[in-house]
Amino acid sequence: MLGRKLARHGLAIIATALLGGFLAATLVRLAPGFNTDQAQLDPRLNSASLQALKQVRADQNNIFRYYAHSMSRALRGDLGVSLSLGQPVNTLLRQRVPLTLRLVGMGFLLSWTAVLALALSAARLKKSAYDGLATVLSGTLLCIPAAVLALLSVLWNIPGALAIGLIIFPRDYRYTRNLLAKAYTLPHVLAARAKGVGEGRILFWHVFPVAAPQILAVVGVSVSLALGAAIPVEALCGLAGVGQLAWQAALSRDLPLLVNITILVTLATLLANSGADLAGSMWRGQS
Amino acid sequence: MRIWRTIACIVLVLVVGASLAANRLAPGGYAKQYREAVGAPPSHQHWLGTDEVGRDRFARFLYGTRISLLLAPAAALLSTLLAALIGGLAGYLGGIWSRAAMAMTDLFLSLPWLFLLITIRALMPLNVAPLVSALVTFLLLGLLGWSSAARVLCSAAATLRNSDFVRQARASGIQRSRLFWIHVLPNLKPVLYAQFWISIPVFILSEANLGILGLGVAEPLPSWGSLLRELEGMVSVGEDPWKFVPLILLIIVVTSFQLVLSNPDEVAA
Amino acid sequence: MQTKWNRKIAISTLCLTMLAGSALAQGTLRFCLRWEPKTFHPLKVEEDASMAIRYLTGGVLVRLNRQTQALEPGLAESWTVSKDSKQITFKLRGGISFSDGTPFSAEDVAYTVQQLMDPALHSPTGDSFRSGLGNVETKIISSSEISITFPAPVAALDRQFDQVAIMSMHSPKKEMAVLGPFMVADYKPGSMIVLKKNSNYWKSDEQGRKLPYLDSVELDIQPNRDVELLRFKRNEIDLINALDSDYYDKLESTSPQVAHDSGPSLDSEFMWFNQVARSPLPSFKKAWFRSANFRRAISEAINRDDMAKIVFRGHAKPALGLVSPANKFWFDDKLKPIPYSADAALKLLQADGFRFENGVLKDKDGNEVVFSIITNSGNKYRERMATMIQEDLQKIGIHVNVVTLDFPSLIERMNQTFDYEAILLGFTNVGLDPNEQMNVWLSSSENHQWNPSEKTPETAWEAEIDKLMRAQASSADLKKRKESFDRVQEIVAEQAPFIYLMNRNALSAISPNVQGANPVVLVPQTYWNSERLSVKQ
Repeated sequence: MLGRKLARHGLAIIATALLGGFLAATLVRLAPGFNTDQAQLDPRLNSASLQALKQVRADQNNIFRYYAHSMSRALRGDLGVSLSLGQPVNTLLRQRVPLTLRLVGMGFLLSWTAVLALALSAARLKKSAYDGLATVLSGTLLCIPAAVLALLSVLWNIPGALAIGLIIFPRDYRYTRNLLAKAYTLPHVLAARAKGVGEGRILFWHVFPVAAPQILAVVGVSVSLALGAAIPVEALCGLAGVGQLAWQAALSRDLPLLVNITILVTLATLLANSGADLAGSMWRGQS
Repeated sequence: MRIWRTIACIVLVLVVGASLAANRLAPGGYAKQYREAVGAPPSHQHWLGTDEVGRDRFARFLYGTRISLLLAPAAALLSTLLAALIGGLAGYLGGIWSRAAMAMTDLFLSLPWLFLLITIRALMPLNVAPLVSALVTFLLLGLLGWSSAARVLCSAAATLRNSDFVRQARASGIQRSRLFWIHVLPNLKPVLYAQFWISIPVFILSEANLGILGLGVAEPLPSWGSLLRELEGMVSVGEDPWKFVPLILLIIVVTSFQLVLSNPDEVAA
Repeated sequence: MQTKWNRKIAISTLCLTMLAGSALAQGTLRFCLRWEPKTFHPLKVEEDASMAIRYLTGGVLVRLNRQTQALEPGLAESWTVSKDSKQITFKLRGGISFSDGTPFSAEDVAYTVQQLMDPALHSPTGDSFRSGLGNVETKIISSSEISITFPAPVAALDRQFDQVAIMSMHSPKKEMAVLGPFMVADYKPGSMIVLKKNSNYWKSDEQGRKLPYLDSVELDIQPNRDVELLRFKRNEIDLINALDSDYYDKLESTSPQVAHDSGPSLDSEFMWFNQVARSPLPSFKKAWFRSANFRRAISEAINRDDMAKIVFRGHAKPALGLVSPANKFWFDDKLKPIPYSADAALKLLQADGFRFENGVLKDKDGNEVVFSIITNSGNKYRERMATMIQEDLQKIGIHVNVVTLDFPSLIERMNQTFDYEAILLGFTNVGLDPNEQMNVWLSSSENHQWNPSEKTPETAWEAEIDKLMRAQASSADLKKRKESFDRVQEIVAEQAPFIYLMNRNALSAISPNVQGANPVVLVPQTYWNSERLSVKQ
């Protein structure tokens, strides 16, 4: 029973990821500039060469045929060749996925360590000054453009992972803080406090369990936020990860690369969010 | 705490008031190029100095406030409402609805929307008024920025669906739609507030980034986003500390919004 | 002729060696490429990053001296070009091997030329040799002598070989076997390329020491200019090519010895109006843009001096025409600076029936003059130029909308849909010879930007430009070619199909650790003499 449920979930995730790939291909195909290449502006090229440049993407004009063809190739393990870099997408992704995983993983962990430490202590200390300070800190980080944070990380020799952590921290913090604050106003918490239950016990026995499923949902969402933050950080810090690759691919309308990166990102998002959902519903069931 | 809220309210009123009085406070206007004083430091004539083509930064800040402080909260409100509807309803209804809505949300979180924005720019005429371009941009930001909040709202609504008071209300025969509007949605406030608050600065900055696609506030109209982008040339920032003024003011405004929004009972709890 | 060359080389190399000082034969030179190279195949090169690799690794038969702008012998000791400019014969140096030890001979030259001229390769370098239909013939006279015959005359035939890096016919390493001073040793996609000294490189200095002096060159892939400058300040890189003028001033104020302004470069910034008859513009706008008076009025209403002073902080010169004064031979010195005068501009417009009323310019049918200028996003200088044009034209009652677009969107509007009014762009890496711009000026060409692919020239002046460009291309007489091309420059100044704005200065930064550097205006500005550079460790 559980096996069948898991298989159904798995299939749904794969189908959604493939749909994501198709939608990405459609968006790229419909956007202006699909059939162009900066090389077309080279005044040395004669008309035969210009025609040849335009023909490079001819097989991608019919998006349905292109997608069906590339999916059947993908089943054989061939993800196509990047148009802008001239290398197999397989190789490019294999080279770059580990760095992005490390970067995003570390950034994610850093952000959540800070979020939990700050949000729990702010909730526990109940000092409005402390809460205000945390609000100003997260507000400041939210107002600094991501590109500036990335550049500052280069300037001060701070690891890129920290920059990612700083970009996603204010979002994670604000959701978590508000969820915890709301949980403190619930009747059973007020009742526990009236009975003289200690603050630590209130937080971990009465507040946190109530807010946990929603906080888990924030955790799931913050994976995709961290993946998004990897683009400016990798592009500006000169880190050869998938984020940098995605940016290059977008600038040159590199369809094979963009489709595969979207499928990858969709898969990561789906896995993180489904995991968070599952954990959340298990928690709800338990409590 | 109430004092801080009052101060926050005063700050917001002052900023809005100053921007409305921009014509009087900065009579030179935001577009005039003082070509003999390019990149000048703060002075009597130019309180915040001038930018790379000699425009008064203070005037640009005041006029930029009109755009950014009006449109960014409006877009943030739109995205918050969408998140409430999609996420809240999905969580509240549960089952197949919830799964379908969340799959859609996950797709929304992963797709390269950049290309949709490029396509929309292509569909717009080239000679579009800068203000119309700004309106379209913030509308797009509002329409695209709901997905992460929707996921959290879905989870919160699912918790509420199974809570005792909703079960009791349902048992007492209250209509499902009424139950959603009266009992579920108000309880989602913490997430909605967070989404609204986060969206304001994020949209202000995104508007400036969309300039690369020909969207956003077009020259010579200023916006806070375009003023903040000056910080990206960080090599010069250390030497020109007054370029930080727009950032500091944005932080003050965003913090004020948070203080105004926060529920005093929750903070004091 | 040859002795004159030898003397020149001897003098310049002696000067450079003196500059190079004592710390030779060591060091790693580090600098940034702003984009990932698309290819290491020397014949497929089309963009800057690949061009840099080709310059550092490729061996060429003749080399254009970037400082003197004259040709010097490379793998060929000497060469002769036939009178009809169809045939070139090279006498090759003996005893040279590729980086992997494979011997170099005339066979390799023949192989390279055949590969280059393969129509299926679609190489920009190959296309610049393709002046007529028919096959290119190579004839190996001996292992050290080869003649190459083209079906039609090729102008500046010998100069074009500066771009042709010779490939090995027999080496198993294919294009990775090179004849230049360096060879690719390591490539980490997205982050760096390491070039190592080619120990088989054929050149030695005057003291008989093997060149290059450097042990290796490290090229970091870094698109962000702020980060590039930061790394330079931290001594993590040694050179910056095409330095931004904002950064130049900052560097100069703190350490003047590292910032170099070599004067106007060949690059030009310009704008043009859409004159395409089939474009989706309303007919009254087409009529404005097709009027020479309108175009010249716009040109005269733009304050180029302010633009040079403000946008480029004085590190640019107002452009006079399609050739930069940096192109010593081809620049037409009879051209006069374009005057800045709003009154003169309004007079020109009045001649076409435009009226200036209450601060607004209207055409003879009462349409307000409003148009948009598109430029590529991410180029802060072009964005600032557009903003200045916006303010300048406001003075003659024209309302300009500035639109920045990403490059692919811009190219689609420019080359496919023709849905634009004016575009502000620039030419970089411009070749010295007018032939390299042939496809911009021929009215039938797809790169004839303001009105591409005309079946027959739509105006008399375009017909004249066609005739003059073809005449200069088929002539071997340099004086006649210059006369024809001077006339083209004059027509372009009168008709203003392109409104030339600025010639940016060639700015660079060179660390004091680099010895032997002598930055010039031609690309590659700072490392054109890479084989004679050394770095103090």
